[in-house]
Amino acid sequence: MNRTRALIGVAVVATLVFLAAVGLTPVARAADPIKIGFGMALTGGLSANGKPALLAMQIWKDDVNKKGGLLGRPVELVFYDDQTNPATVPGIYTKLLDVDKVDLVTSGYGTNLIAPLMPIAMERKLTIMGMFGLANNEKYQYPNYFQIQPAGPDPQTSTAIGFFELAAKQTPKPQTVAIVGADAEYPQNAMVGARELIKKFGFKTVYDKNYPPSTVDYTPIVRAIKATNADIVFVASYPPDSVGMLRAAHEVGLQPKIFGGGMVGLMFTTVMTSMGPMLNGIVNYDFWAPEPSMLAIPGIKEFLKEYQARAEKAGVDPLGYYLPPYSYALMQVLGQAVEGAKGLDQQKIADYIRGHEFSTVVGKVKFGKNGEWAKGRTLMVQYQKIQGTGIDQFRGPGKKVVLYPDELKSGTIIYPYAAALK
Amino acid sequence: MFSWDLLANAVVAGLLLGGFYAAVSLGISLIFGLLDIANIAQPAFVILGAYGAYVMNSAYGLDPILTGVLFTPLFYLVGAAVYRIYYAAFERRGDEALRGLVFFFGVLFIIEVSLSLKFGVDYRLVQAGYIGKSIDLGGGVGVAFRYLVPCVVGVMMTTALYLFLGRTFYGRAIMAVSQDQGALRLMGADPVQIKTIAFGIGIAAASVAGALLISIAPVIPSTDRDYIGRMFAITVLGGMGSIGGTLVAAVILGVVESLMSTFFGPSWSLAVSFGILLAALAVRPAGLFGR
Repeated sequence: MNRTRALIGVAVVATLVFLAAVGLTPVARAADPIKIGFGMALTGGLSANGKPALLAMQIWKDDVNKKGGLLGRPVELVFYDDQTNPATVPGIYTKLLDVDKVDLVTSGYGTNLIAPLMPIAMERKLTIMGMFGLANNEKYQYPNYFQIQPAGPDPQTSTAIGFFELAAKQTPKPQTVAIVGADAEYPQNAMVGARELIKKFGFKTVYDKNYPPSTVDYTPIVRAIKATNADIVFVASYPPDSVGMLRAAHEVGLQPKIFGGGMVGLMFTTVMTSMGPMLNGIVNYDFWAPEPSMLAIPGIKEFLKEYQARAEKAGVDPLGYYLPPYSYALMQVLGQAVEGAKGLDQQKIADYIRGHEFSTVVGKVKFGKNGEWAKGRTLMVQYQKIQGTGIDQFRGPGKKVVLYPDELKSGTIIYPYAAALK
Repeated sequence: MFSWDLLANAVVAGLLLGGFYAAVSLGISLIFGLLDIANIAQPAFVILGAYGAYVMNSAYGLDPILTGVLFTPLFYLVGAAVYRIYYAAFERRGDEALRGLVFFFGVLFIIEVSLSLKFGVDYRLVQAGYIGKSIDLGGGVGVAFRYLVPCVVGVMMTTALYLFLGRTFYGRAIMAVSQDQGALRLMGADPVQIKTIAFGIGIAAASVAGALLISIAPVIPSTDRDYIGRMFAITVLGGMGSIGGTLVAAVILGVVESLMSTFFGPSWSLAVSFGILLAALAVRPAGLFGR
């Protein structure tokens, strides 16, 4: 009797164990979310862009979960504030990987925050998506790194190429160039690229100087440039100097034939709504503009509608025309790669990303050998017909006209610069 | 590239910049130069003044400089309160040298972080009729209102403070407290009271200086760091506690920066300005007008 009971008991336990092993575990796993981890600049110098980037990623997560998640599992974002401090990055990612046990990681926002992540990613053989890093992989050539900013295979000339190509096409062709930039990493890189392109297009340099980022008065610099009578003025600057140079140009009456290039910050909503008509005529790099050619890309309208609805509550850039579409696209690439690789194996995901083209809200994305876009797509836009400082005029097309590249062109350049000021 | 036009413009731009630098440095000249309190947080108060101007400008369209002036009583009270805390916690115990410095560092970070939390780190700008316009003085020399207005206000502030210190009872008491606290006490005046007033005035000046700053350039909470060096350098070069010296030193720095930017490349401007500071201190360790 006892023996029979014992046998039945053993059979029941064995059955349960078997069921648990075969059936129950997968059921339990299916409910487990796929965790995607990252650090993000939510405070500190880059948080004005980091926070909107996070919002876009959260919108992607909600969109994906509405459609049933990835591989049938819901997606969860695990993130920490990196305080725009590169020193926090190794700690954050170690915690994400070892304590939070995330399945996938992406980078935070910006070149300086991606740099400390590269060695960790390489050591642990992670597939890593980079968000707006300039030339982070040039030194390492790590094959499983992919970067979403459309700088293209040659990041150094990417900012300036459209600018000088446009300049070279104008008649009569401008001859002389003044280039000026801040003593800081990005402007210096952009200036190296600009010098290369000046040589390539056969322009003559008449002014080539740097200024310290803490400069207060830009009028002496602008006057010195004006004195050279340069046809082309290329500026590589960060937001405060972009504003300083532009105001000084108006005060001094600097009117070259083509003006702008690599001025960071002009596209920020707070700057656009403060500078207003002073922006007219400037030809500057950008990544996104609400022009018909960009809005025709599937999915972007829905994304922006959702973003703008949530932006006010989140206290972030109300328009979201700079980074957020790319941050959403980055997650789209990762999501599509997970589905395509049919699992979470880092190497398989990387192989899939390398071998396929992705449809995203910023268009078709294919990655080249250094993890950058196979073909660069930094836009050149011209600010046109801006009146007053109201924000609503910047929501629609016609104020930031795309001039370059040709396939996204939405209008024609007003040339020379002075004509756009009228 | 030399032309008389450029030279004249560079000198005029430098003079205007100097007037603005004087306005920004006045508070430090008073607090550090006269009271000997190493108020590292002064530039943060300037940025606080800039945000005050921004808020009133974006919400009600008020002129930034008018806002700066209107807010001076508020800043005065804040300054007085900060000094009282500093006095009670450090100065009274004779701990002011190093711990006091740490205290003001703390104040600086608290202001910076509070501004970041409230306003984020977007660049903030103001709008006023005179921003982006300039007048022609003839002979090819132009003046941007964005710098002319701050310069005029800066010179006015300096003159007012100079007259206040030399001509009024409280002003002379502040001069006295900087020289000999004990003697002042014997005359029946309370040094702590006088220092509170002086500190309050120094912080009140930051309200106006901040308004001038944001009418010149966009501001984020950490902009203060660009000014710490310049403010202290001007105070030391002018001579500790010399209000007139502050203006002269500010103008020297402004003109040198401007000339370097125009003729030799802007990268050199700060290096040369600070080189002049070092050279001047080697010859006159007390500063140009120091006693």
